[in-house]
Amino acid sequence: MSDSVLRLTGAALGYGRRTLWSGLDLDVAAREFVAVLGANGSGKTSLIRAILGLQPLSAGRVEVAYRPVRRGSEDIGYVPQQRRIDPLTPLRARDVVGQGLDGHHWGISLPRPDRRAKVDAALHAVGAGEYAHMPIGLLSGGEQQRVRIAQALVADPPLLLCDEPLLSLDLPSQRIVTSLVDRRRRERDTAVLFVTHEINPVLPYVDRVLYLAGGRFRIGTVDEVLNSATLSELFDAPIEVVHVGGRILVAGIPDTPEQAHHDHHHDDTAIA
Amino acid sequence: MSDPSIWQQIFDFTDYGELLALVHNSLVAGAVLGVVGGLISTFVMMRDLPFAVHGTSELSFAGAAGFLLAGASVVAGAITGSIVAALLIGALGSRARDRNSIIGVLMPFGLGLGVLFLSLYKGRAANKFGLLFGQIAAVDTPRLTALVVTSAVVVVALLVLWRPLTFASTDPELAEARGVPVRLLSPVFMLLLGLTVAMSVQVVGALLALSVICTPAAAAMRVTASPALVPILSVAFAVTATVGGTLLELGSLNIPISPYVTTISFLIYVVCRMIGNVRTTRGWSARAGAAASSAELALEGRA
Repeated sequence: MSDSVLRLTGAALGYGRRTLWSGLDLDVAAREFVAVLGANGSGKTSLIRAILGLQPLSAGRVEVAYRPVRRGSEDIGYVPQQRRIDPLTPLRARDVVGQGLDGHHWGISLPRPDRRAKVDAALHAVGAGEYAHMPIGLLSGGEQQRVRIAQALVADPPLLLCDEPLLSLDLPSQRIVTSLVDRRRRERDTAVLFVTHEINPVLPYVDRVLYLAGGRFRIGTVDEVLNSATLSELFDAPIEVVHVGGRILVAGIPDTPEQAHHDHHHDDTAIA
Repeated sequence: MSDPSIWQQIFDFTDYGELLALVHNSLVAGAVLGVVGGLISTFVMMRDLPFAVHGTSELSFAGAAGFLLAGASVVAGAITGSIVAALLIGALGSRARDRNSIIGVLMPFGLGLGVLFLSLYKGRAANKFGLLFGQIAAVDTPRLTALVVTSAVVVVALLVLWRPLTFASTDPELAEARGVPVRLLSPVFMLLLGLTVAMSVQVVGALLALSVICTPAAAAMRVTASPALVPILSVAFAVTATVGGTLLELGSLNIPISPYVTTISFLIYVVCRMIGNVRTTRGWSARAGAAASSAELALEGRA
């Protein structure tokens, strides 16, 4: 667990005069599962973009596998937020996974047995072997998300970044996606940074939580961060954290414009 | 085309050798345009750009008409017009909504300019209509050379850019994260598209460029989702339409090539669409449903 895969040192990010977060020190070790929580606009996606080298930090450093980040790093697997895929997109599930391997290379793709084997292995690892030849646009949201995870992992990166991979998935699909990510990090020591606004689907797997709110943050285990005292201090408002039947419910998070966005997440009465 | 009287008429005013040379040039031009159009239409569909093709071809028409009026090269005019259009659309319309409104603004302006130039033009009337509706028979050897060279440039560029351009067209966000220069590829592609449009304006005409630069891939995507098969089928469809259209056009005196090309292209699309519908209702969706539920169950058990 001492191998640092992702290291942020004194990291700060802001746009113009607005600071999203600053003074962020985070060390994610191999095999570690870190959940990033926070409302929309708290800088979760910007954190992902900074790690991907797409967004320069306003201060501090980011290193992946002891190297400063750069755009297009092969050390990072990335599962972006789900978006609708046109049904006529001329790609099958296996082609999408293949893009994760060499989609950024110049030229045309020539059939090679080792490439084929890698793509097949990645598809089977997420249980997507049966629809490997289906057009990606005809798969369900849950199936597409599994294919995206295979795509992110096919090059066997030491770090996996997931940006809200559970958004608009039903509960069974959420469970499948989270268990697949968990299995991968146990089998291959992949470090996982998992952005989500709901802690409960990942609760069984999370080692640590990074909670971003209003330019500030807390890092620690679930119990250290998700308790009434810490969150009340972080939000500067009285917040109640309740454990109910193995789930965590958080009540009293101050209203933000993003609150409405959370409401369609039927699964929780409150947001963690 | 087998009607002897029509052949007779053709032979009446053209000697045999000249006709052969004429047909030869037209067939080569049609085939070359089919290959480029078929390949690039794959990306036109992936990037949702059919309307941009239409807009670009109107400005290409304006350029060609302007150069014709000025007594300059029609080829150079068509290329100038379409490159200006491609760069404008590329620079101003990064979002689909912006893009469509910009094209909607540019298109009538281009067409109006073209009509103005043609009204002022005192030369042969065939030249005027050729730009709008196609004049493959007018492809002389220098023009054919320009067509072949431009096509070679576009095809080579497309082959080099193939994978990153596919990635950027189907999943720009992830492609960017993987280091694909997404923002650079967009204007580069518009430039290649502009060149292709300029070529097809000279063969099938400005109003019908879409039948070579959109319909073939649209048809192919109805029957396959394989990223290797779509361009192959698309090229086959486009070449069938252009070469077939040229051969059929020989059988007529007054009808330009475009109705033949567009009709073949359209019929191929209709057939592909019917095959695609059968596939979706019987094959793909049935397999998808079965695969989905069984995989879901298997993973549920494990989790």
